[in-house]
Amino acid sequence: MRRPNATACSLCRGWSNERAREGGAVSELAHATLAQLGGMLDRRKVSAVELATHFLERIGRHRDLNAFLDVRPEQTLAQARAADARRARGEASALLGVPIAHKDVFVTRDWHTTASSRILEGYQSPFDATVVQALAQAGMVCLGKLNCDEFAMGSSNENSAYGNVLNPWDRGAVPGGSSGGSAAAVAARLAPIATATDTGGSIREPAAFSGVTGTKPTYGRPSRWGMIAFASSLDTAGLLTVSAQDCALAFNAMLGFDPKDSTSVDRPREDYTRSLEIDLRGLRIGVPTEFFAAGLEAEVEAAVRAALRQYEALGAQLVDVSLPNAALGIPVYYVVASAEASSNLSRFDGVRYGLRAKQYDDLLDMMRKTRAQGFGAEVKRRVLIGTYVLSHGYYDAYFLQASRVRRIIAEEFQRAFSRCDLIAGPVTSGVAFGFGEKSADPVAMYLADLYTVPSSLAGIPAMSIPCGFGRGNRPIGLQLMANHFDEARLLGVAHRYQCVTDWHARVPAGF
Amino acid sequence: MSLKIADVHRIAHLARIEITDVQAQETANQLNDILAMIERIGRVDTAGIAPMSHPLDGTQRLRPDTVTETPDRERNMANAPAQRDGLFLVPRVVE
Repeated sequence: MRRPNATACSLCRGWSNERAREGGAVSELAHATLAQLGGMLDRRKVSAVELATHFLERIGRHRDLNAFLDVRPEQTLAQARAADARRARGEASALLGVPIAHKDVFVTRDWHTTASSRILEGYQSPFDATVVQALAQAGMVCLGKLNCDEFAMGSSNENSAYGNVLNPWDRGAVPGGSSGGSAAAVAARLAPIATATDTGGSIREPAAFSGVTGTKPTYGRPSRWGMIAFASSLDTAGLLTVSAQDCALAFNAMLGFDPKDSTSVDRPREDYTRSLEIDLRGLRIGVPTEFFAAGLEAEVEAAVRAALRQYEALGAQLVDVSLPNAALGIPVYYVVASAEASSNLSRFDGVRYGLRAKQYDDLLDMMRKTRAQGFGAEVKRRVLIGTYVLSHGYYDAYFLQASRVRRIIAEEFQRAFSRCDLIAGPVTSGVAFGFGEKSADPVAMYLADLYTVPSSLAGIPAMSIPCGFGRGNRPIGLQLMANHFDEARLLGVAHRYQCVTDWHARVPAGF
Repeated sequence: MSLKIADVHRIAHLARIEITDVQAQETANQLNDILAMIERIGRVDTAGIAPMSHPLDGTQRLRPDTVTETPDRERNMANAPAQRDGLFLVPRVVE
């Protein structure tokens, strides 16, 4: 594997370099890129223990954001000491000693794993998820576990059993969900990078709301082993990072075939940094007309159109494409994902692990009370919807029909990709909303994922990159979608935008 | 068609979630809102279109039937709410 360094890209002026001059004061460590951190570790400007201590201190100082659910400095420092020892023995991989934090749906041996649910309070996994293992093997040091919506169901992080996560740009705004803790932690630079999961938009929507870069790879490319299952045909692990370049670097360690996950795709590993210097001249960017229809707020449309003009200035060509049934993505998603969730969550019955109700009559009553007390309102709603659409007499009309419409939507993407290389559009219709604004109306909340759900149903890689700010200085994201297994080009195209703009390098006041 | 309270009780029973009458009424309203949003997929002509259950149309891979690891019984059972002698305890189901 190519060993990237701080100047891996010859095109980029390196906005974050200005913020984090190498060897600069310790307070600038938090604003360095992954490649810079790797470089500093390599030249012994800083040790993994010093880096971990620096970020642990920031996590402690900004506890009010409620981004972290479990922090164990002794475990983090033990991993950091091990990374320093590996480097002292002559190992020099790019991520060795660089800190990371994990969304609480990835199981970890040394930190509790709850999926932000009461039903898993205090749960201690006997093993590490493959994604956690792969990043640890590359030498990344775990800072702790990140808050999210319960079982990754939600778009605002308001469904966590352990409280709301605040948006670092505006504490009155939601950070997005379900990976709200991951997005807020990276936005506030409490972690230089965080894992996340995306089922219908749970990486991209919080990335847009929190002003960070969020990338969901192709379904089946990252392992799902040890990722607490929500909807198995959609769940995809990914990353929240400051930049596309950081994401590419970490994907090199994170993505690969896993024989333990039966839906993992058996393909050789690749170097995701290989297209960072891609020439955009002649690149065809598809712009779906349906993504700019009624409902899209003017300030989001303006920022997204400005980003598209920036791409034209870099030599790309905009092509109109159509995804006529994309709007059916939301209803299809709430049938398919809820059905799969109702099946996946049947394992939480109070028998082998997790919460058990204190008082009950018989086995059935024990399960009913355990699940009533352990699951939050949104999880119950989705389990009930899922149970209904799978029940006798409704399976064909709902579940099978939704699975058929899902194929129609996926095929529309393939038709669009016959005319373009990449698809671009908004991530969300507006900037981050306030706490409580949508939580009383489940359907209004579901519609927040209008632009992210279609690509999830198709299983294609997609990302959100910062492209401006709207009212109240709340961030706006640009969505980029690529065809299956085209992550390297997707990240390259995002990186080229980040070479000439500084939206992604901006840090909220006070961090 | 819209769900009545009795339907919600039936679904909650299938899902093994205890629900009170008051909750069932509120849940019926919410589920009906969600179902109303979902209904429109019924109007799509899907004749001749195969259901998609995996985004890459992948099929379940089988692995060779070999021993790959030895379970650590104590560690695996450490999260059990009730256990004795390496067994999970549940309320009596056979009289």
